Amino acid sequence: MTDNPTNTPEDVDGPRRDFLLISTTTLGVAGVTLAAWPFIHSINPAKDVLALASTEVDLSSIEVGQAVTVLWRGKPVFIRHRTEEEIKAAEDVDINELRDPQSDADRIQRPEWLVTVGVCTHLGCIPSGQSLGDKRGDFGGWFCPCHGSHYDTSGRIRKGPAPFNLRVPPYVFTDDTNIVIG
Amino acid sequence: MKRTQSSNRLVQWIDDRLPIFSYADQNVIAYPTPKNLNYWWNYGSIAGILLVIMLVTGIFLAMNYQPHAAVAFASVERIVRDVNYGWLLRYLHMNGASMFFIVVYIHMFRGLYFGSYKAPREILWMVGVTIYVAMMATAFMGYVLPWGQMSFWGATVITNLFSAIPLVGDYIVTWIWGGFSVDVPTINRFFVWHYLLPMILVMLVVIHLWALHVHKSSNPLGIDIKTPQDMMPFHPFYTIKDLYGLGLFMIVFLYFVFFQPNFFGEADNYIPANPMVTPPHILPEWYFLPFYAILRAVPDKLGGVVVMFAGVLILYVLPWLDTSKVRSATFRPIFKQLFWIFVADCLLLGWLGARPAEGIYLVLSRLATAYYFVHFMVLLPLVGKLEKPKPLPSSIYEEVAKKCRAKED
Repeated sequence: MTDNPTNTPEDVDGPRRDFLLISTTTLGVAGVTLAAWPFIHSINPAKDVLALASTEVDLSSIEVGQAVTVLWRGKPVFIRHRTEEEIKAAEDVDINELRDPQSDADRIQRPEWLVTVGVCTHLGCIPSGQSLGDKRGDFGGWFCPCHGSHYDTSGRIRKGPAPFNLRVPPYVFTDDTNIVIG
Repeated sequence: MKRTQSSNRLVQWIDDRLPIFSYADQNVIAYPTPKNLNYWWNYGSIAGILLVIMLVTGIFLAMNYQPHAAVAFASVERIVRDVNYGWLLRYLHMNGASMFFIVVYIHMFRGLYFGSYKAPREILWMVGVTIYVAMMATAFMGYVLPWGQMSFWGATVITNLFSAIPLVGDYIVTWIWGGFSVDVPTINRFFVWHYLLPMILVMLVVIHLWALHVHKSSNPLGIDIKTPQDMMPFHPFYTIKDLYGLGLFMIVFLYFVFFQPNFFGEADNYIPANPMVTPPHILPEWYFLPFYAILRAVPDKLGGVVVMFAGVLILYVLPWLDTSKVRSATFRPIFKQLFWIFVADCLLLGWLGARPAEGIYLVLSRLATAYYFVHFMVLLPLVGKLEKPKPLPSSIYEEVAKKCRAKED
């Protein structure tokens, strides 16, 4: 120590101070970055939200040609008991002419049951077509009233602004008439 | 206005239009600070950082908290059990409140010891007292939000203080509650105030710093800055000293967060609020205990409330009660002893606040309360006039140089 207040880092010993400065700053930045994670993660879905993330559906009461809408993770899921004609219409499409090419077989587990998330892939509206009197669009599936997207009987986008087919959620058949979504 | 020293043209361009770089340089980097600040001067910056920690944890807690009497308690438990790292956020916030008061109390007692409230820093001190009052209001309303038994009955007791006001007291309490008891409207508005007041606190802190930077920090010798040799640039000397102190402080803070998260709390607050049953032993958070003791020491409802508020508000006029021109207790032999007796008196009041208000405790509470006011209203004015202070050093620079020579020898 000295009385002279004019000592600057440069004329004491520069490299040693540079090392201290850089290592302190690095450690500080790393620490703050790590400390930020609990805050960021705290607004991710909590454990109780994740615990409610699957939905069980009994299919036995849904007649051929009928459809039901169930709530899964706060969103509607369309379950349609397809007729023979609807299945045939979905299978007969040349997938090369589709915007989001996918065969019907890739979108189902059992041909008579189509399960899709009922959220238009354009901007998140719910397409109509679940009830018999609803507008179903040009391809007999669903029609989104917001911006006019037409989906076919496999839930694939055929016309309108939506970029992708209706999403197929993960689900399993626990037996012949019950599925668990999620 | 000083121009920025940076040679970067973008920095110069921005600084010419919005002088943030020259402002930071003048107030944080080159900011002239007395050379002789000791570690008692760390607590201001620690308090500022704690305010930021409280704000950030509070904002993220608010994203999961429900301010409704029916679900508030459950929503706090959900934060601790289900929300990712919710336990960490809550315990940081809970213990942060206690740490905030510890740090601010040390900061205030430092001001009392070294006479930081004296001319020309009276307004700086008064803004600080306002920050303290706003902090107490914020902490009180925050403690109500988990809606446990202590929350509920604390809210009931504290809001009932206002019923002591003659004639309109009952109307005011009903107005504060938004009903005829602490209930759904009360917790909702307390949540709003608890979120709003910290924003006001931030503004008060800005004013506090603004006033601070006019005459700069006081110092342990309590003598004025006379020449540039008395000062050092804030950065890196005090940035690194503040960071070192912050590191030590964080070890203590995080020890409580991780190992004793409920040390400062009351077990009863983990029982959901029940308007039909008062817990047998009700007491406020520890940082209110000295004032709680004063409240109970006075055998009159209105009198107790008045004296208790006077105990806080008397700090506003402290700069004019202390008649001594010498700032630092280092050079005031009698004041120095009185200071430590006053510290002991405050600690005694705090201890008594947690005892039952009966027997010897009541007698001691009354004596300690009387001494509290005698210290401010009798001893400080008199001692300032009667005491003969020790000779003051001629400059900070000389004193620092003397110490350094002594170390070298």
